Amino acid sequence: MSDTIKFTIDGKECTGKKGQLLVDVAAENGVYIPVLCHWKGVKPAGSCRICTVKVNNRYVTACTLPIDENCGDIENNTPELQDIRKAIVEMLFVEGNHFCPACEKSGDCDLQGLGYKYQMMVPRFPYAFERRELDAKSPKIFLEKNRCIFCKRCIRMIKDEKGRSYFAFKGRGKTLEISMDEKLAANISDELAQEAMDICPVGAILKKEVGFVNPIGKRKYDNEPIGSDIEKSQQ
Amino acid sequence: MTKKITIEPVTRVEGHGKVTIKLDKDKNVAQTRLHIVEFRGFERFVQGRPYWEAPVLVQRLCGICPVSHHLAAAKALDVIVGAGTGDGLTPTGEKMRRLMHYGQIFQSHALHFFHLASPDFLLGYDADPAIRNVVGVALNYPELATQGVMMRKYGQEIISHTAGKKIHGTGAIPGGINKNLTTEERDLLLKGDDPLNADKMIEWAQGAVDFFKDYYLKNRDFIDNFAYFPSNHFSIVRKDGAMDLYHGVMRAVDAEGNKVLNDVDYQEYYKYIEEEVRDWSYMKFPYIKELGKDKGWYRVGPLARLNCCDFIPTPKAQKEFEAFRAHTNGKPNNYCLHTHWARLIELLHAGEMIKELLQDPDLLKDDLVVKGQKTNEGVGLIEAPRGTLFHHYKINEDDQITMANLIVSTTNNNEPMNRSVNFVAKKMMSGQEVITEPMKNAVEIAIRAYDPCLSCATHALGKMPLDIQLVGADGKEIDHYRS
Repeated sequence: MSDTIKFTIDGKECTGKKGQLLVDVAAENGVYIPVLCHWKGVKPAGSCRICTVKVNNRYVTACTLPIDENCGDIENNTPELQDIRKAIVEMLFVEGNHFCPACEKSGDCDLQGLGYKYQMMVPRFPYAFERRELDAKSPKIFLEKNRCIFCKRCIRMIKDEKGRSYFAFKGRGKTLEISMDEKLAANISDELAQEAMDICPVGAILKKEVGFVNPIGKRKYDNEPIGSDIEKSQQ
Repeated sequence: MTKKITIEPVTRVEGHGKVTIKLDKDKNVAQTRLHIVEFRGFERFVQGRPYWEAPVLVQRLCGICPVSHHLAAAKALDVIVGAGTGDGLTPTGEKMRRLMHYGQIFQSHALHFFHLASPDFLLGYDADPAIRNVVGVALNYPELATQGVMMRKYGQEIISHTAGKKIHGTGAIPGGINKNLTTEERDLLLKGDDPLNADKMIEWAQGAVDFFKDYYLKNRDFIDNFAYFPSNHFSIVRKDGAMDLYHGVMRAVDAEGNKVLNDVDYQEYYKYIEEEVRDWSYMKFPYIKELGKDKGWYRVGPLARLNCCDFIPTPKAQKEFEAFRAHTNGKPNNYCLHTHWARLIELLHAGEMIKELLQDPDLLKDDLVVKGQKTNEGVGLIEAPRGTLFHHYKINEDDQITMANLIVSTTNNNEPMNRSVNFVAKKMMSGQEVITEPMKNAVEIAIRAYDPCLSCATHALGKMPLDIQLVGADGKEIDHYRS
């Protein structure tokens, strides 16, 4: 029995291997499903919910759904789902303290990119104005906790040779915040610090002293909206 | 019984301010004050931020001359990252910044003269306020208005190609710049289609100087007698005494032209400059320490710069500079409205500098950033369109800003602006039965000559209008002018 699965996303025929994550299969078929917490090849977290799609009339996160023969016709880019995603982006914006004009990740930021994609103007939710301390103790990394969206990418991906994470969550609920292991971070390499900054979907992890080195016009989303690379790949 | 006049808002200036004029029982002007009524606190909320963020964050003080804040902050951070004081950058880094800065000077001076100040000259200070604005200029002098708009556009294009965008770019970074010019960009700015090329801009800038000189000949009484008072003048100049709007040493001259601050390094500006706080204004009053509060106040801006420098290092502007200095027999010029004349000479100089820089192959090279031994403190000074701008930062061992002190051009001009208001109010209003709108506009013209950015000066949210209030002897408001 072949393990190739055929299904559709918004009517577009897609194929993939059984058990592959929907979000990855979609990308391979030229369909963009937005992600913030997902990183291909890393165990999914399903924490941001921005990849929510509708499968058999149920809401599921595409980053945690292995495809199988029951997928049928998946809804992705419908007005309803777009509004849900826009609401999620708005919630992430009001939950933290995001001031794009002075943020060095501006133009390279996935959250900002999605804000533009879903044409967010004024959030429908009240700002929380949480007060979060900054952590600047590491010689290589400036941790801007106000911008963290709790995607866990850094916790899952940035580890030392013994498998120890440089980052962890601290607190619960409203007081939850990203934190950095002071001892480990004191010796983090330039390469790993850069990788931590690159995989952070927002401007929470900043490699020190390299801010704004990319000129406007050469940043990730200066010329094309987020997701364009995937959508163009199958055209 | 005395009266109090309030002019609120004062129009065609940047920022929100208020003028109060108190009249005594004989209806003579007893006291005038230019109040800056907003407060924003940039110096406080940059504390804790990573130092490399400052040039981008602090420029949000202003939408008119953000480049000046951007570059002053970057210059201060050059010192912190060990890239030297102004002249330690790579040739490409320094020249790209200079191009950005002269583009800024060009657009801001064009904006100020044509959009904000020219209605008073072209249409008359006593013209109907409904037409005494840039739209009135466009309707009555379409060619001149078009030139003003296009000159501003050209300056903005320069900024866009050097900083990344026209307003609030990110070009200058500690130790250098994040982009060079491509050949296409260079050719576009140097030899683009008319009118957006360097030669046409210089031609038009020369035309603007000629226009003002012609206007002056026909209206000499008005210009010369509008507001005149002796003062010290302060600016940075190149080490050889040339005008240099990007970098130099601090120089101040008194009303007779004697040097009262003799080409000193600005890294220790606090040894020479102090700021006085007065309880009725959010804007401080800087003065030269050695001369004291009463005698140490000074003017900054185009008039002061032409009074401080020995020469201008571009030929057309130098020729105009010689005529300007000859007008006062080589002594400092203390006529308030001659600031516009000086501003237009600088417009011409900026145009010439832009052309010179665009012809320099260093702009196309790739060596953009230099860094050295890090320190924890740096000062950056630059001649912003409105005058000398000071940025001073200290950082901790974790790269966070712990202290920021910004002395902006308008703050430097606080005392002279107050004196100009006083001069004009006394001249126009003392003993008058009725205080008319043109009289109040004359007060605004005095403020406008300095091209003040009131939002900058108090680091306040940039809303333009300013009020004038007329107060009686009993302290009650009797007139409130909000143009």
